[in-house]
Amino acid sequence: MSALLELDDLSVRLPAAGPVPLLDRVSLSLERGESLGVVGESGCGKSMAALAIMGLLPPGAVVSGGLRFDGQDLLAAPEAAWCALRGRRIGMVFQEPMTALNPIQRIGAQLAEGPRRHLRLGRGAAESEVLRLLDRVGLARISPDRYPHQLSGGQRQRVMIAMALACGPDLLLADEPTTALDMTIQGQILALLAELAAERRMALLLITHDLGVVARHAARTLVMYAGRVVETGPTPAVFARMAHPYTHGLFAASPHAIMAGGRRRLPTIQGQVPEPRARPPGCCFAPRCAAAAEDCRQSPPMLAPLDAGHLAACYHPRAAA
Amino acid sequence: MARPIHAVSLWLGAAISGAMLAIALLSLVWTPYPPTAIDIVHRLALPSARHWLGTDPIGRDIASMLMAGARNSLLVALIALAVGAGLGVPLGALAAARRGWVDELVMRGSDLAFAFPALLTAVMIAALAGPGAGNAMLAIGLFAAPVFARLTRGAALGVWPRDFVLAARTAGRGNTTITLLHVLPNIAGVLIVQATIQFALAILAEAGLSYVGLGTQPPQPSWGRMLADAQTYIFTAPRLAIFPGLAISLTVLGLNLLGDGLRDLLDPRLRRAR
Repeated sequence: MSALLELDDLSVRLPAAGPVPLLDRVSLSLERGESLGVVGESGCGKSMAALAIMGLLPPGAVVSGGLRFDGQDLLAAPEAAWCALRGRRIGMVFQEPMTALNPIQRIGAQLAEGPRRHLRLGRGAAESEVLRLLDRVGLARISPDRYPHQLSGGQRQRVMIAMALACGPDLLLADEPTTALDMTIQGQILALLAELAAERRMALLLITHDLGVVARHAARTLVMYAGRVVETGPTPAVFARMAHPYTHGLFAASPHAIMAGGRRRLPTIQGQVPEPRARPPGCCFAPRCAAAAEDCRQSPPMLAPLDAGHLAACYHPRAAA
Repeated sequence: MARPIHAVSLWLGAAISGAMLAIALLSLVWTPYPPTAIDIVHRLALPSARHWLGTDPIGRDIASMLMAGARNSLLVALIALAVGAGLGVPLGALAAARRGWVDELVMRGSDLAFAFPALLTAVMIAALAGPGAGNAMLAIGLFAAPVFARLTRGAALGVWPRDFVLAARTAGRGNTTITLLHVLPNIAGVLIVQATIQFALAILAEAGLSYVGLGTQPPQPSWGRMLADAQTYIFTAPRLAIFPGLAISLTVLGLNLLGDGLRDLLDPRLRRAR
């Protein structure tokens, strides 16, 4: 059986932004009911990957490689085929629930759009569907006649999730779904996403820069850096070994790491993600990497298997703990 | 905050515009005298209880003519506005949605239309196609269209990059649905304000065209024609020019005040500041 979503050496180039690809030979696959966490700093290509899967890359983007959804080759698909997939079979939750809802439309109307368009529901059927959706995301007491500005951030994100779920998609892309929310709400939203994914055997692609979120909510982890996949594997294996120095650096720089260790200054990864046009010839992480050696600066390392399903793109992976 | 002033201009503007509309509608069913009835015996009568605003050189009742003139002026302006908005708004929305060469084509077309003095070209159109209210509407409307196209495009470009549009795309909406459902409702305020201003301009344009005889044709009374007819009596009976002049100024003033007030009411930045 082939995977629900398959990216096969997918590269994305924006000629307007220079010749260097923003996504560089990214491969991943996702089965029904599986959850994959994509982690990385800002600007490493996470959101670009989501837009590529949605077919919503900026005009002029040059895409190569393979992108298949449920056996269908999406790169060859016409726009009409995309429109039929978006919202119907692939749903998306955005980072900013404040701006991702139309401010002058009642939430009920926004929720009903999907079912009415894709499922061809009539007005009455759509109305009861809206109530059912609101109830499912824990907003049973919120009237569909409310406007977005009358809701709190967490409530709005729940509305966004309800919108993404409205047509029962097979794949849900969540692009930093909790970044704009406070800590207590984050947990609730992520738990809701995981619960819904399990309930509907829906594949979940969770994009975040928060390793803690991935550790708790994704079965598999994929770490991206400068448009490339640097480490991927089952979440427990990735977290146990943190083979790529970047993964290790990310973890060391997250507050979760020092909770146990008492008070000390939060470490950072020196420097920043190189601009696409200023990427070094070798490993993109070499300039910031403490373990970088001569070979790292010569040519970029390829993803190589470490153990069962666990891959890292590093010449000098950290040894298993 | 200067809220009371905004409220004053809104209500005063709405009251004046509403009164003009009411007078125009009333003239459909009732005027003191038939506006085209000639009564040569009582020519150039002064304002009195019989003739509220007096009579003109051939004895027509000026109050009745003004009322019927309001109807003609407002109707021409309204249809011209509909032509302008009906052409301009879809073109502007299309340009913003499609970008690329469609955008270029629409915008350069607007530039071209802007390059001609509007009233002069309206005169040319009326001269070529023949004078009359219908051609006046078309000419005035054609020159309001680029204004609406530019405004719609500019405002729509501000909505397209917003996240809820991207969210609508991820929900599988096409350009048309997004434009109708998300873009236009979000820029409706700007368009409504512009429409009141264009309405005022259209009234002036209609008066101008009628003044030179290319607009509303006699015997249908119109404010512009009344002004033209009053010219020869400007020293002996200045009231003949003053009354239609006042009617035009008052209507334009009312619409501008209304537009001003609406802009302040609908501008979200000002609303937040309160």
